[in-house]
Amino acid sequence: MIIKQLSVFLENKTGRLTEVLTALGAEKINVKALTVADTSDFGILRMIVSDPERALHLLREKGFSVNLTDVISIATPCEAGSFAKALALISEKNISIEYLYGFSIGQKAAIVLRAEDAQSALEALKSSKMDLLNAEELNNL
Amino acid sequence: MPREELKRLQDARLREVVERVYYNVPWYREKMQKAGLSPDDIRGTDDLYRLPFTTKEDLRETYPFGMFAVPLSEILRVHASSGTTGRATVVGYTRRDLGMWSEVVARCLACAGVGREDIIQIAYGYGLFTGGLGLHYGAEKIGAVVVPVSGGNTKRQIQLMKDFGSTVLACTPSYALYLAEAMEEEKTDIGSLRLRVGVFGAEPWTESMRREIENRLNIKAIDIYGLSEVIGPGVSCECEYQDGLHINEDHFIPEIIDPESLNPLPPGSRGELVFTTVTKEGLPLIRYRTRDLTTLNYETCRCGRTMVRMAKCTGRSDDMLIIRGVNVFPSQIESILLEMNETKPHYLIIVDRVNNLDTLQILVEVEELYFDKISQLQGLRDRLQQQVESTLGISADIKLVEPKTIERFEGKARRVIDKRKF
Repeated sequence: MIIKQLSVFLENKTGRLTEVLTALGAEKINVKALTVADTSDFGILRMIVSDPERALHLLREKGFSVNLTDVISIATPCEAGSFAKALALISEKNISIEYLYGFSIGQKAAIVLRAEDAQSALEALKSSKMDLLNAEELNNL
Repeated sequence: MPREELKRLQDARLREVVERVYYNVPWYREKMQKAGLSPDDIRGTDDLYRLPFTTKEDLRETYPFGMFAVPLSEILRVHASSGTTGRATVVGYTRRDLGMWSEVVARCLACAGVGREDIIQIAYGYGLFTGGLGLHYGAEKIGAVVVPVSGGNTKRQIQLMKDFGSTVLACTPSYALYLAEAMEEEKTDIGSLRLRVGVFGAEPWTESMRREIENRLNIKAIDIYGLSEVIGPGVSCECEYQDGLHINEDHFIPEIIDPESLNPLPPGSRGELVFTTVTKEGLPLIRYRTRDLTTLNYETCRCGRTMVRMAKCTGRSDDMLIIRGVNVFPSQIESILLEMNETKPHYLIIVDRVNNLDTLQILVEVEELYFDKISQLQGLRDRLQQQVESTLGISADIKLVEPKTIERFEGKARRVIDKRKF
């Protein structure tokens, strides 16, 4: 499914990541997945959180440069080759993936990805009966 | 020339230029009519204070040729200062203006002790900037050997200096120090160079910087002053005594005013330097406000010259920065950001001098995260960088920062941190 990801612009400064996470924690917003893309000067923190809309307003109020982005979330069994299988469905359609991150918990694994053409990517995955996670399912992992 | 005689010459030339701008430049005629002045009211320099001022904004508003006092067919060359599109200041020279310019630069060089036996390496930029070509024709006029190497390419500068035996170096003082450093690094034997005089200008520099240049390059470092609106380099220059810059006041009449009240200040007071160009044909300017702060000294110099001396400029009455010899206004950065409309116009300019070269860093706040890809943010930074470079003519290091991280004072952001010491 297409779910909302929280993206935050961060300067490369000590303690900034902690500040974001502390602010979310104080408001009881749970972080399910997180990744940081960085350059020498700045980075982008990308997160799947339990309540993206509330997190957006909270961080915006605190003066962060933040936004919500549509990403696709897929569940796969936690076994060899399962990520590859999911991604092959997208690349076969010649859709490029802009970034992705994955994680596994017990027997289940999940991929969060942003594709150039989210709608077509989603259709490709659906037609092959891939297990797509909606926000709630991802939260309950 | 005795000062009484000089004053008679200035009086006559002033009457003549006032009449010319009144009849040939609608902008001046309007200004004078508004002030209830006719050319007959100005009998000499004692009446200067009655005339209206001219500012850089006036030149921008009449961009590009609106203030020219002759038809374009009489103009042989234009120069321009940096600016956003349509906001640069353009200056035009007739054949006689170019002749006068060469003459005043030649005078400056002679004042600095440069003559026809010299080999002058001109490391000022050639082009729209007046530094390179201005020095060039003045140096030709005194009959020296001109090496028009232009700015940059430090290795080549040093090589030519060795091979040709250049005796005079003309560039910005910070570049002179940078050259000294580069020579020390590549272990050039400075004692074997024939360099003896440096003619340095286009940016403010201190006495301690002068001593450093003189010691490291083993030369006499002379300060030359000018601005494109008045003519370019050649407005004034130090003599061997390095005790103030002699103004070529038979062409450019100086005044010192209080930048707040705009009233003329008595001799010796520190204030803003104002020039009236009395011989220029293409772009004669009446009471042009330079924004440079200095003092005037009318005593005869030990060198015998009676021309008034201005002290080294030590400050500005506006927010203009001079970075690597290039004039930069913070508002230029602001208009770039507004024009690009991809960030909020919140920025901070940080100027520093690292290894004797000015550095320009601009922090820009990313207010809204319109996209979350690194490549898009880098693309934004690169676009800003290109736009700044093409607008200002110098490169800048752009740094994207988080919103509201640039300090604000009384609701207004501080725009500039200049860490250089003048």
